[in-house]
Amino acid sequence: MSYPLDPSLFSDNMKLDPTRAGFGRGLKAAGEANEAVVALCADLTESTQMHLFKEAFPKRFVEVGVAEQNLVTVASGMARAGKIPFTSSYAAFSPGRNWEQIRTTIALNNQPVKIVGSHAGIYTGKDGATHQMLEDIALMRVLPRMVVIAPGDAIEAEKATKAIAENGKPSYIRLAREKTPVFSVEESPFEIGKAYILKDGTDISLMGTGTMTYQLLVAAKLLAEQGINAEVVHVPTIKPLDEETIVASAKRTGRVITAEEAQIAGGFGSAVTELLSEKLPVPIHRFGMQDRFGESGDPKDLFKAFGLTGEQIAESVKTWCVDTPRYHQEA
Amino acid sequence: MDKLTVPQIQQKANDIREDIIRMLEKAGSGHSAGPLGLADIFAALYFNILNIRPEDPEWADRDIFFLSNGHTVPVQYAAMAEAGFFDKEELLTLRAFGSRLQGHPERERLPGLENTSGPLGSGLSQAAGYAYTMQYMDAIKHRYVYVVMGDGELDEGNIWEAAMFAGKNKLSQLIGFIDRNNIQIDGSTEDIMPLEDLKGKWESFGWHVIEIDGHNIESIIDAVSQGRAITNRPTVIIAHTIPGKGVDFMEYDYKWHGTPPNSEQAKIALEKLRTLDGKITHEGAGV
Repeated sequence: MSYPLDPSLFSDNMKLDPTRAGFGRGLKAAGEANEAVVALCADLTESTQMHLFKEAFPKRFVEVGVAEQNLVTVASGMARAGKIPFTSSYAAFSPGRNWEQIRTTIALNNQPVKIVGSHAGIYTGKDGATHQMLEDIALMRVLPRMVVIAPGDAIEAEKATKAIAENGKPSYIRLAREKTPVFSVEESPFEIGKAYILKDGTDISLMGTGTMTYQLLVAAKLLAEQGINAEVVHVPTIKPLDEETIVASAKRTGRVITAEEAQIAGGFGSAVTELLSEKLPVPIHRFGMQDRFGESGDPKDLFKAFGLTGEQIAESVKTWCVDTPRYHQEA
Repeated sequence: MDKLTVPQIQQKANDIREDIIRMLEKAGSGHSAGPLGLADIFAALYFNILNIRPEDPEWADRDIFFLSNGHTVPVQYAAMAEAGFFDKEELLTLRAFGSRLQGHPERERLPGLENTSGPLGSGLSQAAGYAYTMQYMDAIKHRYVYVVMGDGELDEGNIWEAAMFAGKNKLSQLIGFIDRNNIQIDGSTEDIMPLEDLKGKWESFGWHVIEIDGHNIESIIDAVSQGRAITNRPTVIIAHTIPGKGVDFMEYDYKWHGTPPNSEQAKIALEKLRTLDGKITHEGAGV
C-alpha cells in the first residue's frame, strides 16, 4: 500500500501546523474516548496545547506549577490509582530535568505515564540553546520499556497521541514549537512501531524521524531531478524500531542516510546505525546536530546553519553517492 | 485484616527487628539503622493502621502505602511477611539473585508493594498523586494514602515540590511519616544540611504537623487518627526515632546506616532482641 501524501505538498499553499497542536487535539480526543486519561502540566498549559483538554475536562486536569520532578512522580502515583496520565512541559525540562524520576517511578515501576516534550529540536528557534532540546531521543531510548515517538507532522502527532493513550506503556512523544509542513493526510497510516515508505527508490534510502522527514521529501525531489532515485523512509517510532522495514529498504538501495533534529550521538541515526551494523552493514551517513548546541535564530536560518535543509541534504547526498559504493550482500 | 492491640503490636515490632537482623546478616549487605528504627511504625501500620488484605494485595478498597526511602525496605518486607503477604522464609532471600525481595523495592516483583523506590525524594509525590486522584477525580472518601520518608531524604527538592502540591490541594487523605532519626550517610542531618525548624517548614507549606515518639505504638496510632480527622489539610507525622533501635551497639551510630551485621554481631543483636535487652526471659511477654 502506498502512503498517501498531502496533495498540496511542495506547493505555495502547503499546509503548516505545529506538531504540538496535533498533540492538543489528540489528547482531547483520547480524553473523550477513555475517561481514565488525565493530564498534568508544569505551568505551560497553552504552550504545550493542553488547554484543549483542560477546557473539556477540567476535573481531569492538574496544574503542578514549575516543578517537573513533581510533574512525573505525581503522574506515577495517579497511574497506580488507575489513570492514564499525560504530562507535558518543554522537552528540555521533561525529560531533561526529571530523567531519573522517569527512569525509576515510570520505566522501572512500569507505569503507563506519557511524557510529552514540546519545543524539542531546533524548530524551537529564537528561544536559543537552553530550550532547543536535542538530547531527548538519546535520553529516552536507552530506557527499557519506554516507547519513543517523534511525529512527522501535526496530523501524525494527533494519531500518535491517541495511540499512546491506549498502549499501556511508558511513552515519550517529542513535539516541535513552530509550524512545520504537513505531509500526511488523515488516511495516512500510523501504528506505533511502524516505519513507512513515503517514496520508493533504488539508489539510496533517506530515513527520517520527526519533522526531518519533510526535508527528506524535499531532498528526494531534488535528487530525482538529478537522476538519483532516492527512497524516503519515515520512521516516527524510534523505539521500538521497525527493523524489518529499515533493513528491507537498506537491502534494496545499499546506502542509507538518516536525518533528525537532534544530536546524532545516541539519537535516531544511532538507532538505525546500531541496527544496520548488526544486520546489514551498509554505508551510512547521519544528518543531525553534530555534537554541538543550537542557538537563537529563525528556524529557517538555523536549519541552514546546521546543514539540515532538504536542499543541503540533497547536495551532500549527491556527492556522497558518487564517493560511496553501495553495499552488496554476498550471494 | 484484624487489628492487633498495642502490646501485640509491640511484640510484632520486636519480631520484625529480629527478621531484619536475620535478613541483613544473610544478605551480607543492606541498611541496618533505618529499618530497625522504623520497626514500631511498620508494626503499627501493618497490624493496625492500614486497611489491607494480605491474601488479596490488589484489593480495590485497600489503603495505599508508599515507601519513599526505599533503602529501608527490609522493615517493610519483614512487616509484610509477618502480616502474611508471603512466607517468612522468603525473607532470607533478600538481595539474592532471582529474589522478589530486591535490595530496593520493585513494585512489579512483589505483590503488596505500591511503588518502586530507592532514589530519594519521589515517594511523597506519588502518594500525593494517588491521594489527589481519590479526592478530586474518583470521589473516594474512605481510603487513605500513607507514605514513609526519611529525614535525610528531605534534602531532595522533589520532596518540597510535593509538599507544596499537597498543601495547595489540601490532600486530607494523605498522611506522611518522617523518620526523624537525625542521621544520614555522611553524618548528622543537622551538620550535613540542617532541617530545623522542621515542624515550621511543613506548617508553612500548609500541612497539619504532629510530632511523636516514633517508638510509642499508642502515639503512632493516635497521630494517624488525628490525621484522618483533619479534613482540610494533609498531615505529616514527624516521628522521632532512634536509628538502630533495639540493638544497643547500633543505636545512634550513623555508621550503621548502610552496613549489615556480621554473624557474631547478628547473634548478639538477636539475643538482645529476644530478651528485650535482658528485661524478659521468654518470647511473647506482655502479649
